[in-house]
Amino acid sequence: MICEKTKIALENLFASKGVEETIEPEPVQEVETAGENVDEKQQELPRPDGVIERDYSVHGYHLDAQVPPDLLIDAVKIVDEGEFFIESITGVDWIKENQLEIIYDFSRYDFDLCRVVIRTRIARDNPEIPTITTIYAGANWHERETRDFFGINFVGHPHLVPLLLPEDADFHPLLKDFKA
Amino acid sequence: MNAPVETNAPIEIQPDETFILNVGPQHPATHGVLRVKMEMNGEYIVDAETVIGYIHRMHEKMGEIKTYPQFLMNLSRMDYLGALGYSHGHVLVVEKASAIEVPERAEYIRAIMVELNRIASHLFWFGAFVMDLGGFSPLMYALQDREHILDMLEAVTGSRLTYCYFRFGGVYNDIDDDFISAARKFIPRMRKSLKKYHKLVTGNIIFRKRLEGVAPLSKEICRKYGASSAVARGSGINFDVRKNEPYSVYPEFDFDIPVYHECDSMARYMVRMDEIEQSLRIVEQGLAKLPDGPVMPKKKPKIIKPPAGDYYQAVETARGSFGVRLVSDGDKIPYRLKLRSPTYSNMHLFDEACKGMMIMDALAFMGSLDLVIPEIDR
Repeated sequence: MICEKTKIALENLFASKGVEETIEPEPVQEVETAGENVDEKQQELPRPDGVIERDYSVHGYHLDAQVPPDLLIDAVKIVDEGEFFIESITGVDWIKENQLEIIYDFSRYDFDLCRVVIRTRIARDNPEIPTITTIYAGANWHERETRDFFGINFVGHPHLVPLLLPEDADFHPLLKDFKA
Repeated sequence: MNAPVETNAPIEIQPDETFILNVGPQHPATHGVLRVKMEMNGEYIVDAETVIGYIHRMHEKMGEIKTYPQFLMNLSRMDYLGALGYSHGHVLVVEKASAIEVPERAEYIRAIMVELNRIASHLFWFGAFVMDLGGFSPLMYALQDREHILDMLEAVTGSRLTYCYFRFGGVYNDIDDDFISAARKFIPRMRKSLKKYHKLVTGNIIFRKRLEGVAPLSKEICRKYGASSAVARGSGINFDVRKNEPYSVYPEFDFDIPVYHECDSMARYMVRMDEIEQSLRIVEQGLAKLPDGPVMPKKKPKIIKPPAGDYYQAVETARGSFGVRLVSDGDKIPYRLKLRSPTYSNMHLFDEACKGMMIMDALAFMGSLDLVIPEIDR
């Protein structure tokens, strides 16, 4: 129910901003019957922006939205209006593609179960992304942690200093080219 | 000669005059190495900043350099009081990703163990929390009951705190008749003890005055910070991953989620006390329904290599909604393993919620959050 609503809202977001590379969400069965070959292929091709409905029993979440960085705030506003709570923020270093991926997890308190994953990819050389602390105050620590581990600069963050790493840490241990 | 200094002269405090108070990193009320920088105006907190990371061990990096089975033991080093719940989340996500079938008996054993561990964790919290508030003896009673659980778990899992009991596909050791009879004996004993605790502590007027109406948390602040466990359920949010997002064999059990609407520290206390009873019910039903069969699957890949993809699994641990995100590239080592720890989010809202509180109330509030610092710092 809320899943459908959120999905439509997110799709409208793509449509309204007229993102050219946005394609219609893949038919569900193609993603779900993905054997090993298809999965490998998916890894090779960069995934286009858009909303995909995932099989919950396999992936553990329902909606998987990849947004360009400039649509992030709008996408997070949509989940905020849907009364989702923030689960976590994390990053993944795709060093082969020279990109950093930031993953935002949202879920709901009620029994209308819907897990939403919002992900965005930014260039590895200049990792900058707007903060969402203005929408979710609880993103504060998650963003600081992500900055610690990946060196991502959350523009507009009120207090972007190391959280888990030492105060003077100038290294980012979860980057794949990190050498201790 | 100088004129004698008048030491007893009253000091005039300006209303806007504040000072910084460091609580921690070593402080009994923080239950570990946690520091809170508080800007105080007399007894009142104007502003607070929590400083964490003193025992940060970078489990997530270890997840990227160890194979799946090698990482199993790391999970129990996160939360030393309720370790099995965390292992449960990890094995579930890997099993889901690599499509490993778990025998039914193994799932039942897992659920029984996790619930016993949850009771042990809540008991320790109960004792420590009352000790925060100045009552020492309840801790002794709570530890005595907890000791029975630890003995039972030790006999089966081999360790008392940092269990490495779950395997991909099942559990490594079947439970025996000794365990079952000990668990059956423990349930009425714990029920009796619960009544004793309520008589001893819950009705105590000093205890109630310290907690009732203290540190109200609105639903909105819980949502914005992603609070879970008793922090959310004490604020009238009916959220428990075991019910909202059923996993393992939890749909088979008949149990309730205690929810209180008072939003204060007392509500969080009551939720955890009621949860002990609900966990006992699950253990009771689990023992009654326990099916026969193997505890490890017959067919299991020798090397765990989940197909490439992005997987997520949330479980309800003693401290709240714990999530594991597994990003696999098809290798025998995870590409990325994110551990979402519940207390991290619960602790985060302390900074905002404690503003304007008196410091003693804030410490009671901190106790009601059920902090385990290694789990925040990971």
